[in-house]
Parts: sequence; C-alpha cells; structure tokens
Amino acid sequence: MASSHGTPPVFNNKVIAWIDYRLPIFSYIEKEYHTFPTPRNFNYFWNFGAIATVMLVLMIATGVVLATNYTPNVLMAFDSVERIDRDVPSGWLMRDLHMNGASFFFIAVYVHIFRGMYYGSYKQPRELLWILGVVIFLLMMATAFMGYVLPWGQMSFWGATVITSLFSAIPVVGDSIVTWLWGGFSIGNPTLNRFYALHYLLPFIIVAVVALHVVALHVHGSNNPTGIDPKGPQDTVPFHPYYTMKDGFGVVIFLIVYSAVVFFAPDMLGDAANYIPADPLVTPTHIVPEWYFLPFYAILRAVPDKLGGVIAMFGAIAVLFVLPWLDTSRVRSSTFRPIYKWFMLLLVVDVVVLGFCGANPPAGFWIPLSQVATLYYFVHFLILLPVLGKIERPLPLPPSIADSVLKKKAG
Amino acid sequence: MASSSVPADGHGDPTRRDFLMVATGALGAVGAAAVAWPFINNLNPAADTLALASIEVSVTPIEVGQAITVKWRGKPVFIRHRTEKDIKEAEAVPMSELPDPQTDNSRVTDSAKKVRPEWLIMIGVCTHLGCVPLGNKPGQDKGPYGGWYCPCHGSAYDTSGRIRKGPAPLNLVIPEYLFVSDSLVRIG
Repeated sequence: MASSHGTPPVFNNKVIAWIDYRLPIFSYIEKEYHTFPTPRNFNYFWNFGAIATVMLVLMIATGVVLATNYTPNVLMAFDSVERIDRDVPSGWLMRDLHMNGASFFFIAVYVHIFRGMYYGSYKQPRELLWILGVVIFLLMMATAFMGYVLPWGQMSFWGATVITSLFSAIPVVGDSIVTWLWGGFSIGNPTLNRFYALHYLLPFIIVAVVALHVVALHVHGSNNPTGIDPKGPQDTVPFHPYYTMKDGFGVVIFLIVYSAVVFFAPDMLGDAANYIPADPLVTPTHIVPEWYFLPFYAILRAVPDKLGGVIAMFGAIAVLFVLPWLDTSRVRSSTFRPIYKWFMLLLVVDVVVLGFCGANPPAGFWIPLSQVATLYYFVHFLILLPVLGKIERPLPLPPSIADSVLKKKAG
Repeated sequence: MASSSVPADGHGDPTRRDFLMVATGALGAVGAAAVAWPFINNLNPAADTLALASIEVSVTPIEVGQAITVKWRGKPVFIRHRTEKDIKEAEAVPMSELPDPQTDNSRVTDSAKKVRPEWLIMIGVCTHLGCVPLGNKPGQDKGPYGGWYCPCHGSAYDTSGRIRKGPAPLNLVIPEYLFVSDSLVRIG
C-alpha cells in the first residue's frame, strides 16, 4: 500500500502478535490509522470524509433494523411504515434517524465534494481517488432515490414515475428499458420489490467503493489547504491521535445538529404529500424530489426538450468524472488562485440557485433563471476551468506546509 | 493473449495453442452472455402482468363536455365526450403547428376503423415524464389549448390530446379500443 513510514510495529500482547503474524490486520491499522503521516494543516473541511463514513454506517445500522418491520408490497408498504412510526418499539426513532440520515449524509458529502473542488484534491496524482468519489456519489443517489420509493406515498410513486421515465427519452429502446425497469406497464408491485432489494444491496457496494476510495487516498496521502505536498516529517503529524481527535470532535458537532433535526423537526426536510398513500390516478399538483436532487432536477427542467433535458441532467454529473482533466492549472488550492477562487464560490451560489429553481414550479421567472444557472454550471466546467488555468497568474506558493503554518502563527 | 509459443520477434505464425486460447475465450464469453440473459430477462414483466386485461366501459353516463378516468394496466385512461366546439377546434389546427402531427380524425378512430369524433379515448400519461395531466375533472386547469395541462413540467395538450407546448415530445397515446356497441367501449 503506501510507502513505508517508520519501523513495523512490535506487539507486546501475545495473542495480537500471533494473529498479526498470520493476518496482519493490526499492522495495517497501526500503519494506516495511527502512524500514517498526515499534513499538519488540515482545516475543518477535512472532517467531512470521516463524517460521511459515520453517516454511512448509521444508515446501514438503522436500515437493517427498519427492514425487519417493513413490507415491500403495494398494499402494505405504506401501512407498514406507519406501523414502524406508531407501534414498533423505538420504530419512530429508527425511521427518523434513517429518513433524516439520508439528508445529512448528502450534506456531509456535498461539503466533502466542495472541499475537494476548492482545494484541488482531484488533481494529479489523485484523479482515481476523485473518480471513485463520484462513483460513490452516483451510487448514493440511486440508493436514496429507491429508498424514497419504499414508503409508497404520493411523492414516492410520482417521483419514481418521473425519474424512471427519464429513460424513455433514449431513442428507439427507451420504452422497452422503462418497461424493463418497472417490470410492468407502470410503477407497481414488481417495481417496489426490486427497488427494495436494490436499496438493501447498494449500501454494501458503497462500502466496498469507499474502501477503494480510502486505499487510493492512502497511496499518496491527503491533500491539504495549501495544496502543496508534504516535504518531510516537519510537515506532517501522525493520524492518531491528532486527526482521530479532530475528526471525532467534528463528528460530534455534526451529530448534535443532526439529532436536533431528528428530535425536534423530523419532517422539516421531507414532503407532506408523502404521507398520502400512493394513487396511480392522481398526480400531486407539484412534484418535487428530495432537496439533495433539486439542482439536478432544475437542470432537467431548464432544457425545453425531453432528450436534451435528460442529457443535460446526466451531463451535469458526468462532467465531474473528467474534472481532473478539465482543470488545466497546476496549482491545487484555490487559496493561491486569485481569479478561480471567486468563480468556484460563484459555482456554489449557482448550485444553490439551481436548488431553489428545482423547488419551484416551472413557471414565470424561474424558467429563465434556471436556464441561466444551468448555462453557468456548464460554462464553469467546460470553459472557465480549462481557460483560467492557462491565463490566471497564481499567487506565490509557500515553500512548505510547515512554513505556511508557522508564518500564519507569527503574522 | 501473449504466450510462450510466440517467438521473441512477436511475428510467429499462430500456433495450435493460440487457436485453442481464442476458441476457449470466445466460447467462455458466449457462455457468460447466455447465463447473463436470464438474469436480465428476469426483470421483464411477468406473465400475469402481461396477461393483457382488457376492460369494458359503458359510456352512456358521460354527458357532452364531461370526461371520466378509468384504470387500465395500472394507468389512467381518459374518456372525454367532446363538445362540438372541442371537435371544431381540434379539426381546425393546421398540421404545421403540431410538434407531433396527427389529424384529429386519426385519433378518434376505433380498431374497427369507425370514426366517432365525440369520443376521445387516450392514456392519461404525459409523454414527457409520466405524470397524469390535469383537465379531466371539472374545475381543473385545462391549459392554454383547452385540452389538458401537465403540472409537473408544463406541457399543454389541445382538445385532441395533441402536444402543443412544453417539453413533452409526443401526443397523448391512443390505446387500442373498440366500440362493442354505441354505449360500450372495450379498451385493450
């Protein structure tokens, strides 16, 4: 795995030494999570990988428990979720943790993605690390979408109808693909069954890709706020106890906010229409996906053509895969990129604007606004990133991480 | 596919071993595809879902200007008893104005080729992303063309159910139907 750091550990406990000689898990933990040299200058943005991992574990734990009481049948699904909420011991807590956990998992991952983009963590030699991250993001979206269908409320049903119908935009084979996805001529019992099976499966695939993500991370180590590589021991600290403590602290703060929502406003992020049982004959007047999909939904609706809208929406995610090659600047951190820094922050504003566009009905000024915001999104990636790297003059980089930290303290 | 039988210059004639390697690999790939197919096909609609339930609907109670919604294959089907004005409007539209050109007559012909302009029977599913358009119930927004309006993404249909404005690419779909008698229609 990573290049050797320090001498191999010696275990005093005989049992541990016996096991480690045959299966070196303790050496691995020691090397990758204890002595692992980590840049000394992380800011709190670097907490969100650990936070996202905690949320993934929490989602799997609550999900497995919920699965023991849920019934994936169109006649019983809605009632079984209500039963979990009302009759099953601690069922309400498991459900509210799971339902809001999805939102907080996405919050953590969106901050994590922002950090990667702002500090250029996707650049050479971490391109594959970034791509694995985008794969995780896609898997999360699929998992969250299918999970939202399971309570079989009005938004479950119609959200599922709209999203699966996206595939009908594919020329020639589109309709056959949609019938195949549905297992019928409309969203129905076969659809609910398969979504349940996949919703249970995908999180474990996410765990596997997260493992690869971490392995790739540990080959060249973490990026840091300066974006320059550690040049020696003076630039790093051991992962434990320094970052186990800092990550632990961040996780606790994050969980406090999460708990506040779970206990005091569990339905704040949901849609009231999902407490109406699914009705295949009545579309709710205003279909909205969960908040974490809103920017992509706005891009879908911004293009006044069915196939074009679908291509733009998938393109908005696909462009992330090639981000490492679109960015031509060799400077990683936006801190030292005086022009790009502002466009990067403008992109954040743009995505938030797209979110509001997605939440509102496709009428009035929301249509041109979502079109302008969609245009900027693609201009940012396809034009600004390649061009700015060539014409921007970056600020002078500090000679080393230690130097930048000590100077900041002194100044 | 490099093997020890290839000389160092890499230009040796293919040997028996090379042939066997390629043949085995090809057979393996065909086998893998053959095994994958039942897994993929397993997700297609089952026989009971496919067993095409046709429904019969009595249209006698539907007054002129009224519309009803019935469920067929899990989807809503709109049956509208059109007024003279609806029919005239639909017939007057020039084909050049239609994104998906179809004459009104062709949309009100049953499978016995009998034209009944007063009865418009369509699958009530927006051809954009599958919402049920509004306009079938009294008081609902019929949209700018007096037919149906999809609230999800703003597609507007005329009194013949043809797409006029918005992201939907096609007209509302006409299912196969047959008037068994003047008052009874079989859908499917």
